[in-house]
Amino acid sequence: MQFEYKIQGGDFANAGTASSNVKKVLKQINVDAKIIKRIVVALYEAEINVCAHAFLGKVMVNITPEKIEIDVIDKGPGIQNIDLAMEEGFSTASPAVREMGFGAGMGLPNIKRNTDEMQIESEVNKGTSLRFVNYLISSI
Amino acid sequence: MLSSIGQQYCFKKYDEHTSMNQKEIAKLLNARIIAGEAGEDMDYEFAFASDLMSDVLTIDTDSLILITGLANLQAIRTAEMSDISCIIVVRGKKATEDMVQLAIENKMTLIECDFTMFKTSGILFNAGLKALY
Repeated sequence: MQFEYKIQGGDFANAGTASSNVKKVLKQINVDAKIIKRIVVALYEAEINVCAHAFLGKVMVNITPEKIEIDVIDKGPGIQNIDLAMEEGFSTASPAVREMGFGAGMGLPNIKRNTDEMQIESEVNKGTSLRFVNYLISSI
Repeated sequence: MLSSIGQQYCFKKYDEHTSMNQKEIAKLLNARIIAGEAGEDMDYEFAFASDLMSDVLTIDTDSLILITGLANLQAIRTAEMSDISCIIVVRGKKATEDMVQLAIENKMTLIECDFTMFKTSGILFNAGLKALY
């Protein structure tokens, strides 16, 4: 199954739409609730990041019986120092984003924590590509 | 000097953890349930108080209530992703119509409370709800 969603920078009213839809699909195919939670928390953090920092973006989701692969690609200012952005507490979010309850510098570390594989590439003044994978069969 | 009543109180609040449903919570807080039909049978054991949704998204506990002063759509979305089915909006903040609709869609309980976050948390903790850490 493949899905694609658009994200508009600054459109916080619709941030979370992709995560919400993916959650419904994963529930329908009976994926374990703990695995679903990890996937949708990671995707929601990624959606918020695009909303908070980029001009526009898209989410591409590919679900197979074994895994879910998600690409979140945006056009925007990019990330100057990815290592720094991966540190808990580092944030360049605006005061407006902080008033929404985000911008604490937890987003990327939380995405890493909730995914089985994660890759991020960024070019300053062009944009950021995030790819992550979660396996759908619990190893427990 | 700590009085014997104080010592007893401290002992009681740490020793008698319990679970509560939405009606018991609303009664304790003199609060209003504005969405919650789907969650009438739910019991809650834990509560987490925060205005920072980034922190809420790091929680991995079920049967949890979110106490927040953040009255916007992202509070509901954050709860949805975190499998939190009960939100108490404190400090007299009003939930918007969009928030109520999204809460109903996700079968959540939404409670409006006029107390501060500190007072709300204190009452629920004293009544037996557990802290996460």
